[in-house]
Amino acid sequence: MSTRLSKAGRLVDTSKSVAFTFNGKKMQGHAGDTLASALLANDQMMVGRSFKYHRPRGIVASGAEEPNALVNLGSGNTFEPNQRTTTTELFDGLSATSQNHWPSLDFDIGAVNGLFANYLTAGFYYKMFIHPRPLWKYVYEPFIRQSAGLGKAPKDTDGDRYEHFYAYVDVAVIGGGVAGLQAALAAGEAGAKVLLMEQTAHFGGRAPVDGGTIDGIEAETWIAGALARLDEMPNVTVRRRMMGVGVYDHGYLLGYERVKDHAPELDAPRHRLWRIRAKQIVTATGAIERPISFAGNDIPGVMLASAVRDYAVNYGVAVGQKTVVVTNNDDGYRTALKLKELGVDVPAVIDAREDGAGALADAARKAGIRVEPGKAIAKVKGGKRVEGVELCRMQGNGGAVIETIKCDAVAMSGGWSPVVHLWSHCGGKLVWDEVESHFKPDPDRAPTNQEGKPFVITAGSASGPLGLGEVLSDADAAGKKAAEAAGFSAASTPAPVGDARDEKPMQPVWMMPSDAVYNLRMKMWLDYQNDVKVSDVQLAAREGYESVEHTKRYTTLGMATDQGKLSNINGLAILADTLDAEIPQVGTTTFRPPYTPISMGSIGGEARGEIFQPIRHTPIQQWHIDNGAYMEPVGHWRRPYTFPRGSETHEQAVNREITNTRTNVGLLDASTLGKIIVKGPDAAKFLDLMYTNMMSTLKPGKCRYGLMCNENGFLMDDGVVARLDEETFLVHTTSGGAAHTHAHMEEWLQTEWWDMKVYTADVTEQYAQIAVVGPKARKVLEKLGGMDVSKDALKFMEWTQGKLGGFDARIFRISFSGELSYEIAVPASQGRAFWDALMEAGEEHGVMPYGTECLHVMRAEKGFIMIGDETDGTVIPQDLGLNWAISKKKEDFIGKRGQQRTFLASEDRWRLVGLETVDGSVLPDGAYAVVHGHNENGQRTMIGRVTSTYYSPTLGRGIAMGLVKHGPERMGELVEFAKTDGSTVMAKIVDPVWYDKEGEKQNV
Amino acid sequence: MSEAISVLAGANTEGFCRVSELGLHGMITVRGDLSNADLAKALCAVAGVDALPEVRKMVGGLEGGIAWMSPDELMVFVPYAQVVDKVDELNSTLAGSHFLAVNVSDARAVFGIDGAGAREVIAKVAPVDMSPEAFTTGDLRRTRIAQVAAAFWMAGDDSFRLICFRSVGDYAFKLLSVSAAKGGEVGYF
Repeated sequence: MSTRLSKAGRLVDTSKSVAFTFNGKKMQGHAGDTLASALLANDQMMVGRSFKYHRPRGIVASGAEEPNALVNLGSGNTFEPNQRTTTTELFDGLSATSQNHWPSLDFDIGAVNGLFANYLTAGFYYKMFIHPRPLWKYVYEPFIRQSAGLGKAPKDTDGDRYEHFYAYVDVAVIGGGVAGLQAALAAGEAGAKVLLMEQTAHFGGRAPVDGGTIDGIEAETWIAGALARLDEMPNVTVRRRMMGVGVYDHGYLLGYERVKDHAPELDAPRHRLWRIRAKQIVTATGAIERPISFAGNDIPGVMLASAVRDYAVNYGVAVGQKTVVVTNNDDGYRTALKLKELGVDVPAVIDAREDGAGALADAARKAGIRVEPGKAIAKVKGGKRVEGVELCRMQGNGGAVIETIKCDAVAMSGGWSPVVHLWSHCGGKLVWDEVESHFKPDPDRAPTNQEGKPFVITAGSASGPLGLGEVLSDADAAGKKAAEAAGFSAASTPAPVGDARDEKPMQPVWMMPSDAVYNLRMKMWLDYQNDVKVSDVQLAAREGYESVEHTKRYTTLGMATDQGKLSNINGLAILADTLDAEIPQVGTTTFRPPYTPISMGSIGGEARGEIFQPIRHTPIQQWHIDNGAYMEPVGHWRRPYTFPRGSETHEQAVNREITNTRTNVGLLDASTLGKIIVKGPDAAKFLDLMYTNMMSTLKPGKCRYGLMCNENGFLMDDGVVARLDEETFLVHTTSGGAAHTHAHMEEWLQTEWWDMKVYTADVTEQYAQIAVVGPKARKVLEKLGGMDVSKDALKFMEWTQGKLGGFDARIFRISFSGELSYEIAVPASQGRAFWDALMEAGEEHGVMPYGTECLHVMRAEKGFIMIGDETDGTVIPQDLGLNWAISKKKEDFIGKRGQQRTFLASEDRWRLVGLETVDGSVLPDGAYAVVHGHNENGQRTMIGRVTSTYYSPTLGRGIAMGLVKHGPERMGELVEFAKTDGSTVMAKIVDPVWYDKEGEKQNV
Repeated sequence: MSEAISVLAGANTEGFCRVSELGLHGMITVRGDLSNADLAKALCAVAGVDALPEVRKMVGGLEGGIAWMSPDELMVFVPYAQVVDKVDELNSTLAGSHFLAVNVSDARAVFGIDGAGAREVIAKVAPVDMSPEAFTTGDLRRTRIAQVAAAFWMAGDDSFRLICFRSVGDYAFKLLSVSAAKGGEVGYF
């Protein structure tokens, strides 16, 4: 069993008790515990089940590399799945539940999969679930979905807040072990602005646990001193609980700060995502111990040797009462010695090397520990907990068991691999180190920045060296090099001196024993989380998967949430062995950010709830909200679609608004319309090029409707242009097209016609613009008074300005409805008051506000097109019968050449017509006109489609506009439109102008 | 004429620093050849400052000042009540030369971010180095805050002024307020 030791761990405060629950069971830990150490202290070794075989799984590691011990954390609005117990700091009231089991952790039905393990080998899914085809959708997929997956998805909205933070530094140091501390000191002393981040709550990394001296003092004392020195440097910032997530181009680095995960009671953002620009990045990310592939290496109680040591020293937890150490290098002996020192029984150290270890082995023997060189674990005995190990010779197939050693924990050490993830994210290359049997960064092939110069430097064991002395000198050099590359002069202070490494070389052990039989290989786990075993990788190789990337995907090796931190090297070594290739030739899979998963909340940052997205408001918005408007999105605006009254449906409300506007007077908030000032001696010439029609002939005081096309000839935007004076035009655009149109103008002015004397400015939001529409519109304005808006003083398509009812007004007499209509612009800050004044003045004339749907129907009754309805980026003005607005006199305009291309000039294009159903019904939006036969895709042959369709209360029937092949030549003919229910409806081709064809109503 | 109302009518919040909407201010977008001495002279006279701002700088303040916006664009600040006259003044002084001066006072929202930690509030939403070494009084950026365009400058110690489009004034206010909420102090600068 795992228990608390009598000697307290260095990171826990035994005077402070912390209560938490696991699967509802109440447990106690200490302040300073991680959830993993607290679970172990409560003898909770088994914490979950595996992905495929639902095998019992225990804690394997003590840090970010943990593959097994993932739990659901919290509940309700703080629920989060897949939280690593090894990196979760314990807090009072923490509640965790285990994942991936049914019905319970102890008894799991899915474990029956293990009995069929012979069939569930690599590629099983691909081979098994392909036939018969129909079963996939209804049987296989639902079943697999039910049994697969880690954790549950949260159901409630996240109750926490998150934020981003932008920081700019000369040198960012990732990792606060002794290497990171020394690199930060060296860079800081040079005067560089340094940001040092450590993913855990503690600095010093492994050194305090592994021991040793630096500059003649204990590592732990040196660490405290280093932190104090960093603290004194004003140019150095030190952050704990902050992980380097990913390294990106141009020195961009993401830092993930867990502000209050350890103290949820704080009123603070939960996570802060740092968006850092660093001139140089130092990765002092350390190394990760590798497991050894022996049979039963996934049974709870089998743990990395370094983790066993960490739990004992840092948290005062013995993971077993009898712990067997199995190793291929000297470092494993440190665990045996430390356990022995703390009073934990170590029945044996099993060393795969024939000639065993050096000084550490002598120390172990001296401490009375049995050392077995040249031996191996044939198999671990036990189910939910280690019960013993079978000892055999390393060289052999594991058939001849020498002895069974009783134990309840196994500490394994397969050597160490530098954490190269952050080095590799942006293109840093690796080399194979024959001595340590690991991939390490190749400093000659570093990630390069915008100047082609290296911008990532590794420090300490992240560079490869594993001894304290080498680690410190490497880190010191890295810090100095980073500072120099960032433009500073490094001090000539010597590097601190750490203990020299006195160890015998490790011996790579990719499989234990060397020639294990198949039955053993089937129980040797490489990837704990995804249940990938030695036999799976061997099978993949035999089936022809030679590329490591293909093998990864076929077997799912390294594809779990731990991204193969433990399995990567072991897996590709097996692959290389099976392919009879060298490991460096097989290579590694790609390392991608994030280093470990980060919260979705931190990625979104503050963008949630009310500020998920900016919503644009007009100056009259609050009135709309207060008066029950039903809103619809128009770009980032929310515009009133209609203003329902009482129990009205939206349809009834829209019909009422139309009828009222056509008989009395309606108000529309048109503030969202784009407004762009175009000024300069060449403004007229410029607009002649921007628009298809002639703008230079427009007289000051007049308005003209214009069409704007892109260079391909397709219709892009439309609107009314008013000439303010000889040199100045006010261009109106669609609501959604304002920013785009302004950018379009600027692009042409800045890149093509830079010699034109024209300036533009977007004044969309300077004005509140209100359309006063209907036969009684003039009476409303006359009531406000101050300006002559009579038929003769302000003619159709003219504008004027003055004081209207005391407001600074510019009045455009334009109409998008066919009625007598004024659009009045006032400064935005007067907009709401002006709206209120219009409502009051219009009361006696039956004024009502109307929304966008009423606007749409009224324009359709008049046959006016709408950008986005009649156009979709593939429609030219000629398709819409707008030839009258395309100047033939002008030498050129944007889109002219495009429109002359044969397929755009073709008579066979679908062109605009009006459509009336024979039965008076409303055509479905987007319906296609179909004829006999099928096209090459097996679809009904189509000859047109509906672009706008409405019920017209004015006409008492459905009306529609659509694009039909040869449409304008087919007036009066019937066309068949397909409905989604399979039936069709007949519609007659008519003129699209239904209402007041002569335009008398708008011209009164 | 009725009273003109700014987008949030002077709303404010107190977090670890204060975020306040500062009401209406006269703003004139000017585009032209910024090396033209006549233009510079006229603009300085209108804004009551001695010289045009350098790149990414602000001279003067909200009641009279000029902000650099781009190589051919400035924002001139004058008292709101005077802005129409000031535009007329510019147009008559510079008549005959090629430039653009347009009143955009009503198209903008103006905010103040004041108090210790004001730098951090901006550093949470704008991709700008807000460290005291890099950003000092008179420095200005035309950039974005989270998802909207904005310009801001440092008016004094722990005091920033920010302008954005009026339509997103509500978004900007809430964005800045949540970024200034207590408990969110970063302690970096």
